[in-house]
Amino acid sequence: MSMDQTTYRPEALTGNRTLLTIAIILSIVMMAPVAWLVGLSIKDNKELMLGTESVFELPYTLANYVNILYSSQVFGWFFNSLVVAIGQTAGVLILASLAGYAFARLEFPFRRTIFVIVLFGLAVPEQAVIIARHQMFNWFGLHNSYLGLMLPGLSSAFGVFLMTQFFKAIPKEIDEAALLDNASTLRIFWKVLLPLTLPAQATLGIFTFLHAWNDYWWPLISATRKEMFTLTIGIASSQTNFAQSEGLGFLSAQAVFASLPVLIVYVIFQRHIVTAVSGGAVK
Amino acid sequence: MAESYRRSQWSNGLFILPYLSVFIVLLVFPLFWGAWLSLHKVDLFGPGRFVGLGNYARVLADPVFLQALRNSIVFVLVSVPSLVVLGLFLALALNKTTRTTSFLRGLFFSSSVLSVTIVTLIWRFVFIPGDGLLAVISEQFGVQPVNFLSTSGWSLFSVGVATVWWCIGLPMMLFLAALQQIPNDLYEAAALDNASPWRVLKRVTLPSIARTIMLVTIIQIVMQFQLFGQAQLMTNGGPNGTSRPLVMYIYEVGFVRWDVGKAAAASEFLFLIILVAAMAQYVVSSRKSEASE
Repeated sequence: MSMDQTTYRPEALTGNRTLLTIAIILSIVMMAPVAWLVGLSIKDNKELMLGTESVFELPYTLANYVNILYSSQVFGWFFNSLVVAIGQTAGVLILASLAGYAFARLEFPFRRTIFVIVLFGLAVPEQAVIIARHQMFNWFGLHNSYLGLMLPGLSSAFGVFLMTQFFKAIPKEIDEAALLDNASTLRIFWKVLLPLTLPAQATLGIFTFLHAWNDYWWPLISATRKEMFTLTIGIASSQTNFAQSEGLGFLSAQAVFASLPVLIVYVIFQRHIVTAVSGGAVK
Repeated sequence: MAESYRRSQWSNGLFILPYLSVFIVLLVFPLFWGAWLSLHKVDLFGPGRFVGLGNYARVLADPVFLQALRNSIVFVLVSVPSLVVLGLFLALALNKTTRTTSFLRGLFFSSSVLSVTIVTLIWRFVFIPGDGLLAVISEQFGVQPVNFLSTSGWSLFSVGVATVWWCIGLPMMLFLAALQQIPNDLYEAAALDNASPWRVLKRVTLPSIARTIMLVTIIQIVMQFQLFGQAQLMTNGGPNGTSRPLVMYIYEVGFVRWDVGKAAAASEFLFLIILVAAMAQYVVSSRKSEASE
């Protein structure tokens, strides 16, 4: 490290070349399994049966991806995931915006107490309520339905917490100005403040969407009929017996296909996702 | 009109009513209902009879539960330090904003957005004997690798490797955020003293982010205690239950053997563990706000 620098930036100490080189090597190690998966997905299944070393040799084929088009099952699961993820996202945005606005701006009886109880909900792991939830959904015949798959995600306190923070960050003067115009509470929420929270809506929306799309635990328990599987559960079910049935190549292609939507969302909205995930962890 | 902004009004509460009802029905009620179930002998066919702490006694006397608890603790003890150390390393290495580092940050975080199904599929294709990436590579060197997924000891380790691969993005990002908060004059002072990089790391960097290290550790403890999908899909808890974690035990008792009361009791144990960790997190977080006031 050179000592002749006039300003001693923190980066000069932490982001040095040796560390960066190791990080680059690690990134290659990290990506190798993904490259392997993609490699398998573009090989003929029969060829893979003879030995997977053939991944390193020509010929390659897109047949496995084409086969997904003919597999109505995979498309059905894809559609289910889409319905559940979009529905849950819309629900969370509506509930969290309303509640976040009220907690941040309005006065009503027991406001503090209710907020503390809701925050306590952040500490409840899903596994602790799963047995009871499963029974309840059974009473109302909600298993194997879109509504049943969407609902549990709506109870997460994270969105409410996030929206409360965002509404608090908006300067109070904006409400005051609207009050001078005799605007109603509902009008201030809908016309004045809500448009200002659009970036926050995007962050929470993307976070919820990814979460719903990737959820494994609840759909595994609630969706028992094959046609109600989400993509995550569907691929897990074909994974358990991959040796016999569909072949490594086809399974790999399904996995690549299933990750494409989240990876595209990730590449476009990387900043939002990192904000949401980090914010969600630190609370 | 403006009154509702200045005075406490019941009607203002209408805004939280939709969320509050969902919260009560889907979270608060199941929490108490779960506790009620844990005190009853219940099966698939409706409500059972009160057995007091019988289910808890049955859980604690179950060697499978004790093994699963042990597995979960071992898993947390190994995976959490790995995630913290590796996350901190990556944050230190990438704490400079260039095109390369932003690309690498994005890359190391990208695995976090995949679902557990994809992650386990990727890693099974690495570990499967004969056809896996590891087997193909070792054959080049004329070595026969262990059958990672079905050898006791190695199976939980393999699940850990996949987990660290999956979860490394979050610790890295949290550490990066913390590193950027360190005031520059601390480093300038160190530079005047001609301190070596290692010394600066020990004396300036690490003490400044001590709180974040603690926070990341607790967050990861909470997350890794909830290990389920990776173990279920990669090893199915085997061989002989040596990689079966606590949540998988709850799943099997509750949804495979339908011993609902016992599963509810086991999940209360998990709840207790998570609750203690969450309280620790709260204490650590609030200590910071005291310091900054």
